[in-house]
Formats: sequence, C-alpha cells, structure tokens
Amino acid sequence: MIKTDAIIIGAGPTGLFAVHQLGIIGLKCEVIDNLDRAGGQCIELYPDKPIYDIPAIPECTGEELTKGLLKQIEPFKTNFHLGQRVDEVKQEKDFWIVKTNKGNIFSAPNVIIAGGVGSFEPRKLSLKEAEQFEDKQIFYSVTNKNLFKDKNISIFGGGDSALDWALELSKNNQITLIHRRDEFRGAAHTLSQIKKLEKDGKIKIKTPFNLKSIEGENNMTAIIIATEDGKEEKIKTDYILSFFGLIMKLGPIADWGLNIEKKTIPVNTENFQTNKEGIFAIGDICTYPGKLKLILSGFHEAALAARACFKRAKPNETYRFEFTTASKNIQERLGKK
Amino acid sequence: MPKITYISHEGKKNTVEVASGLTVMEGAIQNNIEGIDADCGGSMACATCHVYVSDQWFNKLEKIQDAEQDMLDMAYEPKKNSRLSCQIILTDELDGLEVTTPEKQT
Repeated sequence: MIKTDAIIIGAGPTGLFAVHQLGIIGLKCEVIDNLDRAGGQCIELYPDKPIYDIPAIPECTGEELTKGLLKQIEPFKTNFHLGQRVDEVKQEKDFWIVKTNKGNIFSAPNVIIAGGVGSFEPRKLSLKEAEQFEDKQIFYSVTNKNLFKDKNISIFGGGDSALDWALELSKNNQITLIHRRDEFRGAAHTLSQIKKLEKDGKIKIKTPFNLKSIEGENNMTAIIIATEDGKEEKIKTDYILSFFGLIMKLGPIADWGLNIEKKTIPVNTENFQTNKEGIFAIGDICTYPGKLKLILSGFHEAALAARACFKRAKPNETYRFEFTTASKNIQERLGKK
Repeated sequence: MPKITYISHEGKKNTVEVASGLTVMEGAIQNNIEGIDADCGGSMACATCHVYVSDQWFNKLEKIQDAEQDMLDMAYEPKKNSRLSCQIILTDELDGLEVTTPEKQT
C-alpha cells in the first residue's frame, strides 16, 4: 500500500497543476490516470489545436500546455500510475483507501478528483450485434498486429488512425476502408498513399457508406454496408477495425458515495470539497454556481483544494500562506538555490 | 426569443424558448432536455451534442465548418443532416427551429 498526503485522480491539466500546488506547500501526492500518458483531454482530444486563453501564454497547443505543466512539476518527482482506472474509494477512519483496476492500493487523508468528464473509452460501433464479436473479430484498437495476415479487413473511420492502419495492414491483407462521407480528415500525405494503393488495386475505398449489418452467426464472414440512400454492398470480412475516436464515461466515480449532478460533482467554492470530507473535486468534473469549464478555472480550483489538503495531511502544523517569489521554503522545494 | 423544438428519437416534442445568441446545445442543457450530453462543454471535441436538422431548417443554418464535419465522423449514426448543436447559434430568424436527437450520443 502506498501512503501519501493526497491522491490525485486524473492527470489532465488541472490534476497536473494540483501536483504543483501541493508540492510547493510541502505535500506529497500520487497521480493515477486511466490513459497511458498525462495530459487528459488536452492530449487526447486536441493535442494539435491551439488554446488562446491561458494567462500569459498567447497561444499554445494541448500538447505544449501538457509539456509545460509536466516541466513545472519536475522538481517534485511525483509518481504517476498511468493506464489504470480507480475502481474503488473507501473510507478508513481519517484516511481514504483508493484501489485501481491493476491492483494498486493507496492510502491518504486527501483525494483530489480531477477526472474531467470521466475516463476515456473507444467509441464503439452502433450496431447491436457488433458486441458479440468484440475482441474476437471486431477491434477498436490494434494491440497485436500479427493477428492480421492474409485476411479481409474492413476499416471504419476517416481520421488518422483509420488511414494509418489501412496503410500499414495493406502490406499483408486485403483492406476495405469505409467512411461515411467522401472526405477524409486524416493527414493528406497518408491519404495520397492510400489513393495510390487504391489505383493499384491493393486497397478498396467505400464512401459514403456506413455499417448496416454483419453476416455470420458465431463467426463473422461478411458485412453489409449501406449509403443513406439505401444502396448496399456486401464486403467479405474477417476482421473489423473501427476508429471513431474516444468518448468519456463517468465510470466508477458514480459509486463512491459522492453527490452527482448531471455527471458532475457539486463542491463548495471555499475549498472545492465534495460532500465527503477529504475528497475534493476540481476541473471539469466539479460544479458550483457560476462554474466555467476552463483550464484556468481548474488551476484556481487546484490552488484552493491543495491548501485545504494541508490541514488533513498535517493536522499538527499551521499552514502559512507564502509567495513563491519570497518564500525560501518553496524555492527549496522547487530545487532553487 | 426564438422557440426551439427538441424532438426525441421516439418523437416526443419539447418546445422551449432560448435566448438569441445561445447555442442549441446550451438551450438543451439549460432546459434539461434529454438526449444531448455535451460532454466537452461546447469545444467541438466530443460529438455528444449531435442532432439531426430537417432539410427545411438545415439550409437556413450557417454553413457547417470542416472541424465540425470532422467531429461528426465520430458521432453516433451521423447522417447528411447531422449537426453538432453546440455550433448552431440561435438568431431570431431561427424561431421555430426543430432538431431531433439521435437514439443515443455514445
């Protein structure tokens, strides 16, 4: 069991800045995130898109912001537990016991939930019968490339994942790339490579088609795709790869005894504590009158929640507010001088 | 204030007044309309405020941008008349607008 002062759930911008705010006041923390890298929505949803409303940073991308935040917390050498989801949060006297789906157990007087809109999961095919083939003949990510050799693979999607895998797997397989409209949004140079392979008869492109049905009882043998006007085609298919991005699901957070209001957690604005003492919620997941879902609001919320954590982490010490420009303590913690 | 009718996939109609200048998504959230999730809060990053707009109204809306079209690729069962409701800004001319929500958003 890992003991610490605060457990941060969510490694998005708000969670990362919470590490900083805890760090400068001398509190240790551990960070857990379901994704396999830090950055949250910034890195998953808009790594390349510009953000214009971070104070003193006229323009930066989601990825740049994440990198900057990670650099800012380097001095605290915080442990990140990535690729695992928190499944359970339970009270034990004055402590919170947090368990992840990978079996890690943490204990701390404070939990800061900075979980955005929940954990990311791949968006699945809408067709009901797709479920029974999942992880057998239908995949939403590729973990084992070797599975695909001399197969008929139908790839759905119009973004980079769909195009990249179509290109990669076309070396050893018969690929049909299916997309709901004629335009693809993936990188232009990948698309031109694919168009060339189409000319050479190595890849088939089917637009504007959607999946209509699957043929085969226990074993998928073919799929039927259809246009909105009702034109249908049958495609021999051993495997479907579907790339429709990620969705966010609140997941187990709903089971921790916290008040939940429209997928968000109500907090008081004095310290961003939830209805449970020692559990705080900051960033997009918290709600209060006037709440704005802005990164900068998340930073403010992190600063106040961190101060509130101090009392529970160090009940016998007095917290004294200090400025980073003037505090020797803080500068030492940051490794300055 | 323009009146907006939100129609569920089962055909249940819900007509509310939404101030000009707000989006169809915001109108739904403010009025507790079911069927619009808006997980990302309107940053065109999640496709969970997806609606269908009838032809009659579709052409009266401002033209769809590439980024919205790209995001609609991710939506649940997108069609030619799909829009992200966070990108439809209401004006008095849109009084009477009807949008239909899909069976689900994710």
